[in-house]
Amino acid sequence: MSFFFEVLIGGLLAGIMYSLVALGFVLIYKASGVFNFAQGAMIFFAALTFVGLLEADLNFWVAIGITMIAMVVLGLVTERVVLRPLVNQPQITLFMATIGLTFFIEGVTQMFWGSTPRALELGIRDQPFEWLMEKADLNVSQFDLFAAFVSAAMVTGLAIFFQKTRIGRALRAVADDHQAAMSIGIPLQQIWGIVWAVAGFVALVAGLLWGARNGVSFALTFVALKALPVLILGGFESVPGAIIGGLIIGAAEKLAEVYLGPFVGGGIESWVAYVIALVFLLFRPEGLFGEKHIDRV
Amino acid sequence: MLYREAGQFKVSYAKDQQIFPIRQDRIALLAVAFAAFVLVPLFGNQYWLSAIFIPFLIFSLATLGLNILTGYAGQLSLGTAAFMAVGAFAAYNFILRVPGMPLLVAFILAGVCAAMVGIVFGLPSLRIKGFYLAVATLAAQFFVIWALVRVPWFSNYSSSGVITAQKMVMFGFVFDTPTKKYLLTLAIVTVLALAAKNLVRSSTGRAWMAVRDMDVAASVIGIRLIRTKLLAFAVSSFYCGVAGALFAFAYLGTVEPEAFTLDLSFRILFMVIIGGMGSILGSFLGAGFIVLLPTVLNVLVHKLNATLQSAFNWQLPPGITSNLELMVFGGLIIFFLIVEPHGLARLWQIGKEKLRLWPFPH
Amino acid sequence: MSTEQRSGGEIVLKLDNISLAFGGVKALTDVSMDVREHEVRAIIGPNGAGKSSMLNVINGVYHPQQGTISFRGKVRRDMDTHDAAAQGIARTFQNIALFRGMSVLDNIMTGRNLKMRSSFIEQAIWFGRARREELDNRRKVEEVIDFLEIQHVRKTPVGRLPYGLQKRVELARALAAEPSMLLLDEPMAGMNVEEKQDMCRFILDVNEQYGTTIVLIEHDMGVVMDISDRVVVLDYGKKIGDGSPDDVRGNQAVIDAYLGVAH
Repeated sequence: MSFFFEVLIGGLLAGIMYSLVALGFVLIYKASGVFNFAQGAMIFFAALTFVGLLEADLNFWVAIGITMIAMVVLGLVTERVVLRPLVNQPQITLFMATIGLTFFIEGVTQMFWGSTPRALELGIRDQPFEWLMEKADLNVSQFDLFAAFVSAAMVTGLAIFFQKTRIGRALRAVADDHQAAMSIGIPLQQIWGIVWAVAGFVALVAGLLWGARNGVSFALTFVALKALPVLILGGFESVPGAIIGGLIIGAAEKLAEVYLGPFVGGGIESWVAYVIALVFLLFRPEGLFGEKHIDRV
Repeated sequence: MLYREAGQFKVSYAKDQQIFPIRQDRIALLAVAFAAFVLVPLFGNQYWLSAIFIPFLIFSLATLGLNILTGYAGQLSLGTAAFMAVGAFAAYNFILRVPGMPLLVAFILAGVCAAMVGIVFGLPSLRIKGFYLAVATLAAQFFVIWALVRVPWFSNYSSSGVITAQKMVMFGFVFDTPTKKYLLTLAIVTVLALAAKNLVRSSTGRAWMAVRDMDVAASVIGIRLIRTKLLAFAVSSFYCGVAGALFAFAYLGTVEPEAFTLDLSFRILFMVIIGGMGSILGSFLGAGFIVLLPTVLNVLVHKLNATLQSAFNWQLPPGITSNLELMVFGGLIIFFLIVEPHGLARLWQIGKEKLRLWPFPH
Repeated sequence: MSTEQRSGGEIVLKLDNISLAFGGVKALTDVSMDVREHEVRAIIGPNGAGKSSMLNVINGVYHPQQGTISFRGKVRRDMDTHDAAAQGIARTFQNIALFRGMSVLDNIMTGRNLKMRSSFIEQAIWFGRARREELDNRRKVEEVIDFLEIQHVRKTPVGRLPYGLQKRVELARALAAEPSMLLLDEPMAGMNVEEKQDMCRFILDVNEQYGTTIVLIEHDMGVVMDISDRVVVLDYGKKIGDGSPDDVRGNQAVIDAYLGVAH
């Protein structure tokens, strides 16, 4: 039985990290209605820049600071060069533009920092957490717990930010209706700047955590793909949805791999999240917390 | 002066409906056909045939398939490579397990298998649209590749699912040289391209475009949405399946499921976007562009390196080409989506329109 | 050309006690009406009265929660869009529902989609049945194009046309299906006087030459009084008047509704 809990907890912890990635998407989608496929590439960019700066012998916190600035610049440039010219196009066009952006950012990142995979050390090791091992005989990774804790803190912080602060309210207004928000004096450009900065920060944290877990390489970009099922379950516009969706997907994925996997040869982690999302889409397309859209004729 | 429609009156609806109603276009087409069927095999060197022309044709076919689904019918798909994989492995298995299976029949059946898989993964399109549908096709992409690796029967129990395509033989004639492979591929692609053009200019194509543009109005006219969407998935996957079979048989020779990555799906989507969504000609233009781009970049970087070496005794770091490729792909996608969402095909049309007036400015 | 002659046809469409609601919004409440063959039936009422919803119920875009629809004798709980089209009901929309990626000719050809029987394989091969069918239908479509006088724009993408022409193309697409009943949702909205006269002429021609039953939503009272045989008046989703144009014109409830008397 404890094995089951180990798997479950491992899944939930991974799930929180998925939520963190999904959060980046939700932020941008809430503010500008764009599904930013390039979030994965931004995570990669953040992680690799940070590692590159560390290798250049910079102090940990200085490296974080510089990377953060780079992320904000990246976000602002993206908004200006890619999104603004396409502002009235259908969503599909914007989505495809962000796919193009993904490739572009990958190319630039690797050109600047090189393409060899690197390790990212955050000081916490991937070892069983002693306390839980002794108390409950549960084998749970220290690192996973740390990552989950950081992710949870960020997600909670952002949820509060959106709900309780003035800027958060302004962001929600912009997400709902740009024109209306402008007409009551909300400065659109500043708001978007803030959104991209926050999304960049989220990408940075996600990049550090995932990079430490899996190593920093090209493959980091595809972590973003895992966020898609999370968003489908949780709804594209909901921060709590991203959390719950992440937990469900993380847990379901791990449990399916361990308990169903052996019957079909293993490796089902690569697709089980998508199939879950697919089944969900057929019954509740707007997700658990999303808004239902009704087409007027 | 050369390119004019003046004097070319269409005196019947039949004449008006030709694929190339303008005489100059027909002449141009004959020239291209002549070059493709006669000049290239005669004068093309082996490298260009196997490394440029054959993949160009194969990717054009796959792009045609995706264009039918995404460009004409408006259903976004990120699973193109998976359908190609189905085609490749199906063709392999048909030839392997059915004695005396003719080559073309094997390819057709491979396409049909891909079509059936396409229909299954296209079912969600009945309830979801836009990029939600893209997620469903992602499920197809990951699941199909996983299945091809895990079920050893598909690859005849080889390790890691690698298959070696058999020799292509038709009526005793073996297609083993690049020239012969090229001609066979060219013939298949030409026939399928013509079929696609016929489809999109008849009621099927119009139904697809209607569903893409406004599905409520389409259903009010009496177009059955379910049938139309699933037919788009089926035909599109058929084309991708045949392209996949050719990919294995006429191009690579040895393939594994992991060769049909998500990256390949994206590349084909890029070919559709750059070439022009909803355009048969665009599929060829886009595929040609993306197939040629790495070569062009390579040559440019070489030349640049040579100049840099002689001037500053310094060269660009190796491996820069692949990163440049990514940047150029990504940048071009964004550029085309902003500037000319209808891609090279539209630019081509604009060019023709200007040519009609030449040498007059307007 | 007296109206008495035209309103003599059999009842071809009957709506009984139709109620339609979206969540808390009641679009239609207990509305009953009928339409006789070959007549011109107008539906009028202030904005938001539920007129478009009526049309949407008739041709199956909306499914009412209560009530029945009977078309040509067959009674049903709701209509299916495909069935409606197959049985000869065609319509136009308030906000033009043309296919923007296609030319005028292609848009109108889609109107004939149900008449085209060749399979997709035959169409891929083209020569043979598909080609013949395409040419036959092209001829029919050209007749409609001649009728509505839009020959000069047949190859233009519809997005580039001015509003009045787009409305005409939408009508052409509906007519191309050779419908027995035509539902027109504000066909003259946004048109100037000349365009309105043209449109009136077309609608009356269709009704007289082909005997097509017309159900028409229209705000221009002059047009309604002039061309319709019978009028239904809706307000807040309920029927408040039904009869000949003169009857309705004198109906106090109708006058109150339009003048905005509180009720």
